[in-house]
Amino acid sequence: MDYHSPASFTEASALAAATTGVTRFLAGGTDVLVQLRSEMVTPDLLIDIKKIDGVSDITRTGDGGWTLGVAVTGAEMSEHGELGREWPGIVEAMDLIGSTQIQGRATLTGNLCNGSPAADSVPAMIAAGVTVTVTGPDAERIVPVEDIPTGPGKTSLARGEVISAVNIPPRGQNGGDAYLRFIPRTEMDIAVVGCGVSLRLDGDNVTEARVSLGAVAPTVLLVEDCASAIIGTALDDAALDALAAAASAACNPIDDKRGTIAFRTEVAGVLARRAAKIAYARAKGEQA
Amino acid sequence: MALDDQKSVFKFVGTRPDRPDGLDKVTGRAKFGADAYAAGMLHGAILRSPHAHARIVKIDASKAEAHPDVKAVVTRADFSDKVEFKPGLAGEFWNVLENVMAGEKALYDGHAVAAVAATSALAARDALKLIEVEYEVLPHVTDVDKAMVADAPVIREGASDYSVPEGLHPNVVRYHESGHGDVEAGFGEADLVIEDSFTTEATHQGYIEPHACLASLGGDGKGELWCTTQGHWIAQKTCAALLGIETAQLRVTASEIGGGFGGKTTVFIEPVALALSRKANRPVKIVMSRSEVFRATGPTSSASMDIKIGMKKDGTITAAEGIFRLQGGAFPGAPGDMTAMCAFAPYDLTNVRQVGYDVMANRPKQAAYRAPGAPMGAFAVESVLDELCNQLGLDPLDVRLKNAAHDGSKASYGPTYDQIGLVKTLEEAKAHPHYSAPLKPGQGRGISCGFWFNHGGETSVSLALSGDGSAQLMVGTPDIGGSRASMALMAAEVLGIPYENIRVTVADTATLGYNDVSHGSRVTYASGLATIKAAKHAVEKLCERAATKWGIPVDAVKWEDGCAVPSGPNAGDFDPLPLADITANMGATGGPISGHFEATPEGAGVSFGTHIVDAEVDPETGKTAITRYTVIQDAGKAIHPAYVEGQYQGGAAQGIGWALNEEYIYGEDGRLQNSIFLDYRIPVASDLPMIDTVIVEVPNPGHPFGVRGVGETGIVPPLAAIANAVSNAAGVRMRDLPMSPPRILAALKSGDG
Repeated sequence: MDYHSPASFTEASALAAATTGVTRFLAGGTDVLVQLRSEMVTPDLLIDIKKIDGVSDITRTGDGGWTLGVAVTGAEMSEHGELGREWPGIVEAMDLIGSTQIQGRATLTGNLCNGSPAADSVPAMIAAGVTVTVTGPDAERIVPVEDIPTGPGKTSLARGEVISAVNIPPRGQNGGDAYLRFIPRTEMDIAVVGCGVSLRLDGDNVTEARVSLGAVAPTVLLVEDCASAIIGTALDDAALDALAAAASAACNPIDDKRGTIAFRTEVAGVLARRAAKIAYARAKGEQA
Repeated sequence: MALDDQKSVFKFVGTRPDRPDGLDKVTGRAKFGADAYAAGMLHGAILRSPHAHARIVKIDASKAEAHPDVKAVVTRADFSDKVEFKPGLAGEFWNVLENVMAGEKALYDGHAVAAVAATSALAARDALKLIEVEYEVLPHVTDVDKAMVADAPVIREGASDYSVPEGLHPNVVRYHESGHGDVEAGFGEADLVIEDSFTTEATHQGYIEPHACLASLGGDGKGELWCTTQGHWIAQKTCAALLGIETAQLRVTASEIGGGFGGKTTVFIEPVALALSRKANRPVKIVMSRSEVFRATGPTSSASMDIKIGMKKDGTITAAEGIFRLQGGAFPGAPGDMTAMCAFAPYDLTNVRQVGYDVMANRPKQAAYRAPGAPMGAFAVESVLDELCNQLGLDPLDVRLKNAAHDGSKASYGPTYDQIGLVKTLEEAKAHPHYSAPLKPGQGRGISCGFWFNHGGETSVSLALSGDGSAQLMVGTPDIGGSRASMALMAAEVLGIPYENIRVTVADTATLGYNDVSHGSRVTYASGLATIKAAKHAVEKLCERAATKWGIPVDAVKWEDGCAVPSGPNAGDFDPLPLADITANMGATGGPISGHFEATPEGAGVSFGTHIVDAEVDPETGKTAITRYTVIQDAGKAIHPAYVEGQYQGGAAQGIGWALNEEYIYGEDGRLQNSIFLDYRIPVASDLPMIDTVIVEVPNPGHPFGVRGVGETGIVPPLAAIANAVSNAAGVRMRDLPMSPPRILAALKSGDG
């Protein structure tokens, strides 16, 4: 196993492009090191991207959004007051992952690139319309988060491509987001179902919405039908029923040790309803 | 039989001093199983079967043996061939040998088939990949009911013992039947008879410290073993038999232990490390991974049970019958007999019958887990009692009080109870503010009683006094629940010197006589009794020295508050002679002063508890929260009440995990699906409410201070009490554990658990 700690993403990309072996990028390592120790994945090449300048920065962009470096940890996000006030759903989703110790290492980018359909931060990022900057051997491209995962443990990133930044859009006025997951315990667990909702209001009515579901399909889903079910409504009971029905209809889950098809399908609707109400209250400026 | 000198007024017993191992444990100075190192030490690793059931056709270790980092490879051929196979539990050494290293067949996913010792842990792990094993995969069975049907794969012919009736499947290896009265007549007298079936899944003890050991065995047959264990003498005896050496030539030292709960009462890696060491002629250390702990050490049994109980409208139980089938892995030992004997033990019944089956399946060899077998039976029986109360409109505590066993009741399993505390726990439960607290919508309350036998066992203790008047106490029962503190308190009580002046050590096998395992809730009872007797033995000698000094007969001296004093005005006028004054000169007055006691005490009193639980079920997701929990249990006499409360709380916490989320999940291929703590869900701290405790003290007549064991009874009622709370909250009877959210939601949707 070769270990490198390049000084730039271009160099990291070149290193990855030059090998044919199993490559892993290392930021927090909360998935990579666990997989390595349990012999699930034994990389030929380990590229540590933590030492690249700026990877731990949380930066306000010119348009009022945010750029997060790929090594920004969950703890740094939780302790950053302004980010959490604007995007509580993203920050809370990230904060649900693992223990306090894991929070000191784990990153949004790692959670995304691990390719798990149950990744907590991913539905929240998709609902929020987050994109990532991808540095490749030849060029840089901006990719919506929902286009990164392609299946359990798989991503659309080509050999030599590495995510170099996370771009969170401006929150703007009258918006709110939320993420909820179902676990059988109270913490330290993996989502059986996850749901992220982000919406914007004009008065009482929803004008924009994005709804994302986790752990109910091979990849995290962006569910257009859920958004349609609540856009143009004041999130009344009928709208919530339609939202829940659309969420359940979008599910394509499996029976496994964490839950059944019937359970995941049912609870996806329950969580969509609950998360939408929280996002709505936040958009209204209420505490929730 | 009551002891005629039972003590009831105490100076030290019943206080809550600091624990003697506290500083060591919070500073990291305590040495656990994996904390031992030796010069020239090698690291061992074990190759495990990926198949649930397979014939081992061939093992080719030549590539591993040729690797320069590898110093030894062992298979079954490297263990004693003198260990005899016998049916049932008669051949337990053979069963253990077959479990620690497979013979002709791999019997479960994770079964050890070979092991290597190499120069580093990583090299050992990599070397396992160089061992080629050819398997012929066989049909497997992991479910207890399926393992008993006619066409089930046979795990091992000839394993059934004398107790098994004709005509049962060879996987049924032991059978128990007991009871009294006429149950059919009893059911005829009932106003309501409920018959129902229940299942529980296997759960793991979940101790945080994995198994770990450091072994050294030379060609001369002399060895040293350091390991995390609940009983180093049984480890010594078993390892010696499996390696074909003399017991006394193997010295075993118990490390500090990071949890056992019954699961560390046998050996897994220790004989393997010794075999590797003998072959490599170097010390060998083995530390299990968590996955190995789940796959290859003892979880508890899974169970399938049928219960039938008849009740009159006034709550009188007219008859009770239970069939208990326990699956214990690919070896005899599932405690179907214990389940059967404990199930109805809390009740004074005219007509009762219970049947227990010990059934083998392609799973790891079950090990004891706190009151082994009892929690499952209580779950089934107490669920039916709850349903009877619901349907007859009766208060569940009143019904239990009406039928409760009391002093002189004939137990469901045969004997007649001496002085017992069940009624007192029920009365305390009824008077507790928890029982009358209002419930919120969506919440339900459940109660359950529970019983465990408790055990005595072979016990040796030595106590040696130092010149400065301090005392060192050597016990042979590893401290899994605060026993060093309680032993010191009991010794302090007899010697009359402060708790702080007594150091308690868990002695190794070379420095003390035989001691049974720390199990059966026996330590505070049996080692405690032996400690008291050893201290009294030393006191006798102290009195002799005083008598000699004063020139009076020894029976004219008595021991009071740490001093020898004349027994009365006629004995003479002497100032009290403190212990330290006697020991200061003991070298010149007759030599060192020690006390000893060895026995197999038979007076372990049975123990009962009653639990009250409130649960809240989310009707949309089936998720359960335990909102309030109260444990009431008879301790006989609480030596160190804080530790007793800890045992009560721990039983409840483990019971909450077992009831709600913990389970062994097997795939169609017979492989364990969840061998990590991520997917084997023990409760985290935030899952638990404050667990309130009430210590009832109805003295055990068989202990000088009245002690009853408290370590196990606390896990007997939780499964049932929680199931009753959840069923009452959800409005459907939950008959299968764990009551995971998918299972509860499905029950809510169908209206039937």
